[in-house]
Amino acid sequence: MSNAAAAESFGQFEGTSGYIASRSLIDAVNCSLALERPLLVKGEPGTGKTLLAHHVAEGLGMEMDSWHIKSTSKAEDGLYVYDTVQRLNDARFGDGNVGDIRSYIRLGPLGRVFSSEKRQVLLIDEIDKADLEFPNDILRELDEMQFTVMETGDEVKAKQRPMVIITSNNEKELPDAFLRRCVFHFIEFPDVDQMRDIVDVHHPQVEKALLEQVLTKFYWLREQKELRKKPSTSELIDWITALLRAGVNPRQLEAELPFMGALLKNEQDTKVISQYLDRDGKLPTSLDELKGPGRR
Amino acid sequence: MVFLDFFYALRSAGLKSTLQEWRMLLTCLEKGLHKSTVEGFYHVARACLVKSESDFDTFDLVFADYFEGIEGAIELSPELLDWLANPKPAEELTPEELAALEHLDIEELMKKFQETLAEQEERHDGGSKWVGTGGKSPYGHGGTHPTGIRVGGGPGKRSAMKVYEDRQFSDYRTDVALDTRNVKLALRRLRQLTRTDGPEELDIDGTIDKTCKEAGEIELVFRPKRKNDVRLLLLMDVGGTMDPYFEPVSRLLTALHEERGLRDFQAYYFHNCVYERVYTSGRLLRSESMMTADLLRTYGERWKLMIVGDAAMHPSELNSARGNINFRNETETSGVSWLDRLQRHFDRSVWLNPDRPVEWAMSSTCRQISGMFPMYHLSVNGLEDGVKGLVGARPATIRPIMAPGSSRL
Repeated sequence: MSNAAAAESFGQFEGTSGYIASRSLIDAVNCSLALERPLLVKGEPGTGKTLLAHHVAEGLGMEMDSWHIKSTSKAEDGLYVYDTVQRLNDARFGDGNVGDIRSYIRLGPLGRVFSSEKRQVLLIDEIDKADLEFPNDILRELDEMQFTVMETGDEVKAKQRPMVIITSNNEKELPDAFLRRCVFHFIEFPDVDQMRDIVDVHHPQVEKALLEQVLTKFYWLREQKELRKKPSTSELIDWITALLRAGVNPRQLEAELPFMGALLKNEQDTKVISQYLDRDGKLPTSLDELKGPGRR
Repeated sequence: MVFLDFFYALRSAGLKSTLQEWRMLLTCLEKGLHKSTVEGFYHVARACLVKSESDFDTFDLVFADYFEGIEGAIELSPELLDWLANPKPAEELTPEELAALEHLDIEELMKKFQETLAEQEERHDGGSKWVGTGGKSPYGHGGTHPTGIRVGGGPGKRSAMKVYEDRQFSDYRTDVALDTRNVKLALRRLRQLTRTDGPEELDIDGTIDKTCKEAGEIELVFRPKRKNDVRLLLLMDVGGTMDPYFEPVSRLLTALHEERGLRDFQAYYFHNCVYERVYTSGRLLRSESMMTADLLRTYGERWKLMIVGDAAMHPSELNSARGNINFRNETETSGVSWLDRLQRHFDRSVWLNPDRPVEWAMSSTCRQISGMFPMYHLSVNGLEDGVKGLVGARPATIRPIMAPGSSRL
């Protein structure tokens, strides 16, 4: 099996005990590792995009650095920042080593990962938050894994090409040139069986009858078209935490939705569901009553 | 290059996969990442070639078509098909036996299949080499080989090859109707950032430049914040033929109301066509209305005009001077003249039509109106294009304005 031998020659990700990854996700991660190309991960909020980077790092025994993108983030921030204001201030008051520009150059996340001795995982979180041009601005650096500090002429070159994981919430379209260079994965919303595994990782002690009720209500809520924001996995986990703390039993869950605030984060959504319950609207009591993907 | 035509099939289905991505896939295959399984190949190919979940469904369709095509491409004798059509049940394999079965590359598999086919001369059931049913050979159907080729018949033991047939990604297609989030995403493009007036922010670069010029004496420079300069005027057709589209239209309206980025937003209603009055509510009451002439005076040409309507009506409702059927006529101006005035007045305008584009040509008024306004379908893609039409680069050609025979003002 020469194929298998080739596969052994680089680190392979196989998931971790704390993260349930589908086969297609594992394949995508390994593609990205083999090609040394960034992995772009999209998916509904709360499907574990950011978490993936942490667990890839854990699974491969690498260190992780992260760059959380904001609407004001600029590509240069990721490489390095030349703190001119500090230097100017020092010059005025005679502090610091003003003559040495290098002491005012601070490496950003990309710069740090490039200059690290070991191969690292870099998470570029929510890249769609930034300006439309942002992804194009970091193209070359991600391609060549090197850049020059203009002020000093120093080259920062990756000693080990880092594993770059980029997440996007789909708020903006990413440019084609950028997409071409990435390996892409879309995290689907987990089905009931996957969800059971995921809940098991976080709440191994939850009893079966309660879990059935919880999942039934959760997938029922996700089927309600009136909702503006569907509850996500992370909200389900929070909800179960609340239910367990309060010691709610499965019976109570059959006809009501305690701690609804953990699932619905929008006033209108809460209103829609409360009104439905006030009108004596029926809640399903088993997964078989659902029509959508909750049902097998 | 066995799969190269797969790549071209993807491209002709409208995917924008490039050679660079194709080479990424080949590198992955060389490194054995597909683990020599079809499922692995499917995952790896999708990760390398497709960059948006909205294209997953198209990819699935092409994948299914391509690999189904393999069955058709091999010449199967009628006898062979006949043996396969009456399968014998497969014997259960122990895990050891399963593992012992050779895992093959699809190329190797195809080659071997054809070689085997060439050698085989009789019906065969339950063996491990020949094409037949109920066996452990990688070819045939109803068998238990993990990476096998299915030859005709329905699936028995579900193997990975069928993943793509579920079309589980069809919900992510973008040519379908709107949901609120999709609408919001499309509307995100409704931005023209300018620095005009409003609150100021510190201009760091300016401050540094200025301070350096002042020889280190810190001098703070401020400039106005960038902000969205788009003002949008929405005119909506309500009632009658628009009733079936209540849902998508109301989603669009909700999303526009919630869109905080717009500098200004106003919505008015009309029925069938715009005449001398537009209405501030969907009830179309005279007490809640505004003269269209006043509308043109109130909203300057820098407002962007978005009209939502099916543009389908009786030709006289559009073109005749007394075409307004529902309300007492006040002036003798045809609907088309009003539309023309709107179109000329506003710098940028689009028409969003909830009817499917194939239906547009069936209505003569729709054809006429689509000659006046750039018309887009009220779907995610259409809305995106429409928004681009409002803020993007200006289209090069100017459309013909007046329909023949309509009265001028």
